[in-house]
Formats: sequence, C-alpha cells, structure tokens
Amino acid sequence: MAHELIGLAIILPLAGFVINGLLGRKLKSEMLIGIIGSATVGIGFLIASYIFVEMLGSPVSERVHIVQFFPWITAGSLSVNVAYQVDQLSILMTLIVTGVGFLIHVYSIGYMRGDPGFWRFFAYLNLFIFAMLNLVLADNFLLLFLGWEGVGLCSYLLIGFWYDRKFEKGTTGDAAKKAFIFNRIGDFGFLIGMFLVFQTFGSLDFRSVFPEAAAFPVGVPVITWMTLALFLGATGKSAQIPLFVWLPDAMAGPTPVSALIHAATMVTAGVYMVARCSVLFALAPVTLLIVAIVGAATALMAATIGLVQNDIKKVLAYSTVSQLGYMFLGLGVGAFGAGLFHLLTHAFFKALLFLGSGAVIHALHEEQDIQKMGGLKSHLPVTARTFLVGAIAIAGIPPLSGFFSKDEILWKAFSAGYWPLWIAGFLGAGLTAFYMIRLYSLTFEGKERWGQGSHPHEAPLTMTVPLLVLAFLSAIGGFMGIPESLGGSNALEHWLDPMFERANEILSTTHTGGESAEYVLMMLSVGVALAGMFFAWRWYSKESDVPQLLATRFSGLYRWLLNKWHVDELYDATVVSPLSKGSETLLWKGIDVGVIDGCVNGLARLVAMVSRGLRVVQTGVVQNYALLFVVGVVVILAWIIGA
Amino acid sequence: MSVPLPYYLCLSALLFTIGAVGVLTRRNAIVVFMCIELMLNSVNLTLIAFSSFLQDMTGQVLVFFVMAVAAAEAAVGLAIVIALFRNKQTVNIDEMNILKW
Repeated sequence: MAHELIGLAIILPLAGFVINGLLGRKLKSEMLIGIIGSATVGIGFLIASYIFVEMLGSPVSERVHIVQFFPWITAGSLSVNVAYQVDQLSILMTLIVTGVGFLIHVYSIGYMRGDPGFWRFFAYLNLFIFAMLNLVLADNFLLLFLGWEGVGLCSYLLIGFWYDRKFEKGTTGDAAKKAFIFNRIGDFGFLIGMFLVFQTFGSLDFRSVFPEAAAFPVGVPVITWMTLALFLGATGKSAQIPLFVWLPDAMAGPTPVSALIHAATMVTAGVYMVARCSVLFALAPVTLLIVAIVGAATALMAATIGLVQNDIKKVLAYSTVSQLGYMFLGLGVGAFGAGLFHLLTHAFFKALLFLGSGAVIHALHEEQDIQKMGGLKSHLPVTARTFLVGAIAIAGIPPLSGFFSKDEILWKAFSAGYWPLWIAGFLGAGLTAFYMIRLYSLTFEGKERWGQGSHPHEAPLTMTVPLLVLAFLSAIGGFMGIPESLGGSNALEHWLDPMFERANEILSTTHTGGESAEYVLMMLSVGVALAGMFFAWRWYSKESDVPQLLATRFSGLYRWLLNKWHVDELYDATVVSPLSKGSETLLWKGIDVGVIDGCVNGLARLVAMVSRGLRVVQTGVVQNYALLFVVGVVVILAWIIGA
Repeated sequence: MSVPLPYYLCLSALLFTIGAVGVLTRRNAIVVFMCIELMLNSVNLTLIAFSSFLQDMTGQVLVFFVMAVAAAEAAVGLAIVIALFRNKQTVNIDEMNILKW
C-alpha cells in the first residue's frame, strides 16, 4: 500500500538534516550539499504524489489511512502514538510542503551560493520540512504540536540566519527573537486548547476526538473556550491580528526562507489546524465568527499597510498577512474548502513572488528598497515576467489562480450573509491589486534608479527554473477549483468535502443568492482589481506626481500607514515597556537586588560581623592558647570532681 | 619501709604545676620546652608510683612509651626552635605571633 511509504517521506528530510548538519562543514562541494538537501524533499514529493494518485484511484470511503509507527508517550490515561493520518487534507498539505519546498530548495542552491553558512542553511531547511510534515500529517494533537514547535524553531533559526547583519534598529537576531516570542504567545494558546481537548475528550487522537465532539451540542462553553485557545495559536503561527507584527520582521531572513516558511508553508499551519479541527470550530459559532472577523480585519489592515511600504519584501510580507486573513475569513464563514484552496494557490504565487524578489535582490546586491530599483525588466526578463504573472494572480484577475480562490472565499462570505466581511474582503482585493502592481511597476518598469555601480543580470538556471515552474502553477492552479457557476466542477473542494462533512452538517449554512448574484460579485471584484491595477500602473510605471501629491495631501494617513498603524509602538507602550520597566524596577532592582542578593549578602555580612568579634581571641601567641587550655582543663576537672 | 604513695603523688603534682606555670609564664622557647618535659616526666612519676603501688607492670610499660615519644618530640621541638632562631634571631615566643588573622 502506497500510504505506508509516508514514513519515508517524513524521515528523509530528517536524514538530510543530520547529514548536512553533521558533515556539511566537511563536505566541500556546495552542489553535493544542495543535492542532498533538495533530493530528500524531492523524493518526499514523489512519494506524496504516488500516494495521491493511488488515493485518486480508490473510493472515497477508503481514502483515510492511519499509519502507526510506535507508541510515544504513555502515562495514565494519556497515550500518544507516533502515527500519521494520510487523508485528503493531509496529502494536499504534504504535496504543497514537499512540492513548493523542493522548488525552493533548488532555488536556494543558486541563491545561497558562496555563503559561508551554505550547509547550515540546507540543514535548517530540511529540518523545517521534517517538522512541517509532522505538523500536517500528525494524527493527534501532540504530534501536531511537535511539528508546530519544530517549524517555529526553524523559523527562528532561519530568520536569524545572518545573525550578525544589521536589520532596522537591531540585528536579524532581534527579528528572530521577536518572531519566536510572538509564536510562543500563540503556542501558549495552543497548549491550553490541547489541555482542554484532553480534559474534555480524554484523548488527543483526531480520530477519537472529532467523532466524540460531534455528539456535543452546538455552543457548549468548553468547546468555545477550546477553539478560542486553539485560534490564538493559529493567530500566532499564521500572523493574524493581534499577533501579526512578527511576520514583516521575519523578512530579515534570506529570501528563500521568506518564500518557504513565511509565505507558502509555515504560516499556513494555523489555517490547516483550524481546518483540521473543523468539527470543533463548527460547534463554536462564536469562535467561528471571531475567526471570520479577525481574518477580514487582518486582510484589510495588512493590505492598507502594504500600499505604502518601500521594502520589496515588506510589501510581500504584508501581502502574505493579508492573504492569510482571506484564508481565515473563508474558514470563519464555514467555507473550509475555499480557505484551503486559497492556501494552495497562495503557496504558488506568493512563493513565486518572494523568489522573484530574491532574484531582484540578488541582482542588485542586497538592495531591497523599491525606490532604488526600476527599469529592471530588460535586465531580468524571466524574473520580470514571472513576477508579473504572480502579481496578476494575487490581484485576482481571471483565469489566473488567485481569482478563483479569492472569489470563492468572498462569494461564500457574501452568500452566508456576512456582507460586512465581504465588503472588507472586497476592498482588500482592490488594495491588493494596487500594491502588487505598484510593486511590480516600481521594480521592473520606469526609469533605472539604481546606482551606476551595479550591473544587474539574470539569475542562474537553478533560480529561474523554479520561478518558471511556480509561474506556471500560479497561472493554472486555479483550474483545480473552478466554481460550478463558471462551468467547472470545483474539483478541489469536492476532493476535500469528506474532511469537512461533519463540520458542514453541524453548521448547515444556507447560502443565499443564485448564480446571477455570484456573477455580479465576480464582476465587482474583478472590476475593483482592475481599477487598482490601472491606477497603480498609471502612477508608478511612469514618472507621476500623483503619489507624491496624495502623500502630502493626506500626510497624516500616509504616515499612519507608513508606520504600520503604529501597532509596534502600541505593543511597545502597552506590553513591552511596562514589562521591561517592571522587570527592571520591581523584579531586578527590587526583588533580585533587594531580596535575593540582600539575603545572600546579608548572611555573608552577618558571618563577617560575628567573626570580627571572635577573631580578637586569635592572638597568635601560643601561651595564650595554652593558658586557655589549662583553664579549660581545670574547669572540666573541677566540674567532674564536683559532680 | 618504702615511701608511701601520697608522697610520690604530691611530688608529681608539684613538678607538674611548676612545669605548667613555666609553660605559661616563661618567654624563652627553650625554657618553655624544658617545662613541657618537666610536665611529661611528672606524669611518668605518677605512672611509676601507681605501677609499684598496684603491682601492675602496665604503668611502667606506658612510661617507656612516653619517654620514647618525648625523645622524638624533643628532637622535633629543638629543630623547630633552631629553625625559628635562624629566621628571627630570637627565641622569645612573644615575638612568634604571626599565626593569626
């Protein structure tokens, strides 16, 4: 049976990590390290494809497999196995992780060439793939959490990969720590959620928790709290309000890392987790509404910030936050399939955009400011064209992939009656189109604004081939889910339907509005996207003073957006500085210096004081000692005789 | 016919007291040293006296041990005194007070 090979797909990246991690420094050939790193993931992709094909050929009822390996933890009533659940959802995620992961590994061979930490980079990447596969394939919460923490660790290691480089106000190490700490806050929520799951259901296995949960009535407080805690975990990992601020800073890492971890795979872990727990979330309508609102708010807010950023990777980072918001909006309105569809297409075009930006940064010698780019189209033809494909795909222009997935989410939100959320998503779509074309135009069109010193040239084949493959996937990826109203079969969502069957039964959302409404909405969103693209093209591809004019006219708003809604400052003022001030004055200077050091030093001082009194007895004159000795003997004798 | 036991004991106590007072009051290390010998020998005298009084040889055997140890101690003690004299040109023990805080 093919699905039993999944263990091999999981263990191979770990083997790659061990080989490159232990021997990498000794292996002189970068090519060898790169091939080991890429091949382990590539074989994983082949295995996943094989399993997928076999799954396609088997009846729907026989598509879920549990692959048991060994018992991991047994304590009292808790028993956790290292076991993997191969089903429609996890195989889809596995294909994304290994497929996109493989392309990015290949790209990294070119991108990281000559870096002294080349072997370290590939070791971390492989470890990441291993952790991510554990996350998406786990058949219980604890193993999922192992992967969850593992990807967080790799994210930390890779953001701070160039740990001695300057980044904004600090070093890349600071950005790595920020990402790690924000993820920890989310992980705390996940842990609480997991405890509640165990307390309520007495098990952590998906296959026993979810059927049992389905018997609960809708809206039980314990499940609401459970899902809220799990969703807090998802906001941390997937960079949603209120924990999204780490993702833009995560751009301190090398660009392939941004593409793999902070766009295509790791940040979608939260989406996957919510989809995996769809039954629990369906039982908690309050949580679902919060998920939808948070998603829509994040989508809109991040898009507005993306409008004015000038760092090529920052724009893409905010775009990622925004697109993740769309996915959560989809999940929140009960369209789990649509959310995952967007996850899939987003993995394609966002990985493409990041890799394209990497090629640009590479060509301009680490220049990331789009104000110092421009006119690169003729120098980087492949990158420019593929980037444009990605930009149009994310903007949502048919027939590229982003259109189908985003529209599916918006349509589901609208037809389920959440029209305010639809408006937020709709506005976000226009903004997305605007900032993507702005990014493209400022980078590749117009005058050359880079210095005379640099001679940009197209990237090597290892980098352009992944770009071409991803551009191809971004262009056609949407055909997996053409909605029925457009004559398609919505294949991807039907593929996933059995996964969400129970959740949908619980929700039993009624979708109102017929095909005509769907057409109108589609026209509207394509229209707003085209409008956004048009203005961005008009203002940024040629010299134009409109942006400058707008910036001075609405300077308050402009600065507000440029400073990212001052969220960092808000967190600084409300959490970080009270915490550090409190730690300094109370914990450090008060308790540590005052109480703990005080006790230790006080004890020492007491001993010193006593000995200062006692040491006058030690005169150094032997006869004094002898006298005391004799007196002592006399006293003792007197006492004995007296008694 | 023989001297009664209390005589020996009184003499011994007298010798011991002289030795002890000498140890505590004299300043010359050699004299202090000899006073220690005096104390040792007063104890030896007590042992011999009791040994004879009780008709038990154990006391006499113990005296031999004490004498042997005293001889060894005398050698070490004199060596220390000579070493001290070489260092400080004096054997006045009031000036040997460096072993303190």
